[in-house]
Amino acid sequence: METSELTKQRIEELLEKGKRLDDRGINDFRDLEIEFEISNKAEGSALVKLGDTQVIAGIKMGIMTPFGDSPDEGVLMVGAELSPLASDRFEMGPPQIESIELARIIDRGIRESHCIDMKKLCITPGEKVWCIYVDLYILNADGNLIDAGNLAAVAALNTAVFPKLDEENKILFGEFTKERFPMKSMPITVTSYKIDSKFLIDPVQQEEDCAKARVSVNMVFGEEEYIHAMQKAGVEALTEEQIVEVMEESSKQGRKLYNAVQAIVNKYNGSKK
Amino acid sequence: MTPKTTKRPDGRANDELREMKAKTGIVKNADGSAMFSFGNTVAIAAVYGPRKLLPQHLQNPEKGKLRCYYDLASFSVTERKKPGPSRRSSEISFVTGKALEPVIRLDNYPNTVIDVYILVLQADASTRCAGINAAAMALANAGIPMDEMVTSVSIGKMGDIIVADLTKEEEDFTIEKNGKEEKAATDIPIAVLSRSKKISLLQLDGKCTKEDVKEAVQLAKKVSSKINQVQMEALKKVK
Repeated sequence: METSELTKQRIEELLEKGKRLDDRGINDFRDLEIEFEISNKAEGSALVKLGDTQVIAGIKMGIMTPFGDSPDEGVLMVGAELSPLASDRFEMGPPQIESIELARIIDRGIRESHCIDMKKLCITPGEKVWCIYVDLYILNADGNLIDAGNLAAVAALNTAVFPKLDEENKILFGEFTKERFPMKSMPITVTSYKIDSKFLIDPVQQEEDCAKARVSVNMVFGEEEYIHAMQKAGVEALTEEQIVEVMEESSKQGRKLYNAVQAIVNKYNGSKK
Repeated sequence: MTPKTTKRPDGRANDELREMKAKTGIVKNADGSAMFSFGNTVAIAAVYGPRKLLPQHLQNPEKGKLRCYYDLASFSVTERKKPGPSRRSSEISFVTGKALEPVIRLDNYPNTVIDVYILVLQADASTRCAGINAAAMALANAGIPMDEMVTSVSIGKMGDIIVADLTKEEEDFTIEKNGKEEKAATDIPIAVLSRSKKISLLQLDGKCTKEDVKEAVQLAKKVSSKINQVQMEALKKVK
């Protein structure tokens, strides 16, 4: 359903006072829940719930010939389906720019952070490498699909296992090893949405509809902290100060989110030992 | 009569279904939604509508339209399935619509459409049947008046026995004949209306006799009440 002008006004009025429709602070994420093993046919799968936004990420592996410029590295492919199952705003048909952008932002965060050791996905250099397919399915859309989608992707990647291979290095589909993926880090994306002159994070759909600009910041937190991907979108242009403000806040909130996801993933992986 | 020799791999009785689970209210944005599973086969369905049918020239002032979309998640099967519709999914979408349509009073909703989206999250055969069971529940959950429920199960002939609710392993059942492995399973997905026990979906691929089909239909009718019971229990739990 479209958000009415009245609701938009109300959101803007509240925001003036630093308040939101659901009483959250402007830099608070909604409650995060992650469920695993959504499909036992997948090498890994996770359902992320950020409030009423629910996204499933499923991982399948394939074997392919490596690309000529990286003969000893595996391949990553990220896709996103904005199925009309998840919202009356989505339609059947070929992928729209919204789902392509979503998949590309998440793909870049994972790729550029080098969180997967791609060299360890090489089976025979120049001949056979693993291909990781990450497919995102939106189950219910209520804002902030980028951050939720990224969380689902990294949660699935960090809990996935390799399938078994036969003597000729062909995948024995449906049979799994206990070996987890060569993950080096866990990139987190925080997207800030600009409504009037203020920024907030993790909007519900109605808030997202008020936003005139958004900035996604993808970061890896460790002893040092780096940004690996960014995306500015929306009709409004931003000042340098605003971009700096967004990065500072993303870093603060992203670290909290990272700790939360890490704990959930560790707990799950611990239970599987 | 010769005694039947084939045994089911998981030791189930011939008329025994896998464990069923059902739940409503899976997709908050939808007008109705449900999950239905037969063992390792899990399907979810979401219903949107009745809503205005666009473009306008498709509208029918006499009755509403029911549209179904069946899809397998890329990770629901052992080897990744390319996302998006295929010839197979298009046909299943079509027959799913026809399986559900007899119970819905579409003439109550002129110029509108009821959209049913089915997504299979985990596939171990009988996915269209699980999808139909979930879709019927989602329609009820959306408050759409229905004359009766729709239940669906795949009946199979495996070797010389007729069994209910085939798994993938059973679907791929082979016997050795003249030193060669030969496919010996027939898959017969059937939908049974809960009260009238009429058949709204019947497909078959494999090889069997007229008597086998008759027995399959009778078995589907027999087990349909068990499926309906699971559907109704979940529907009664709606908040």
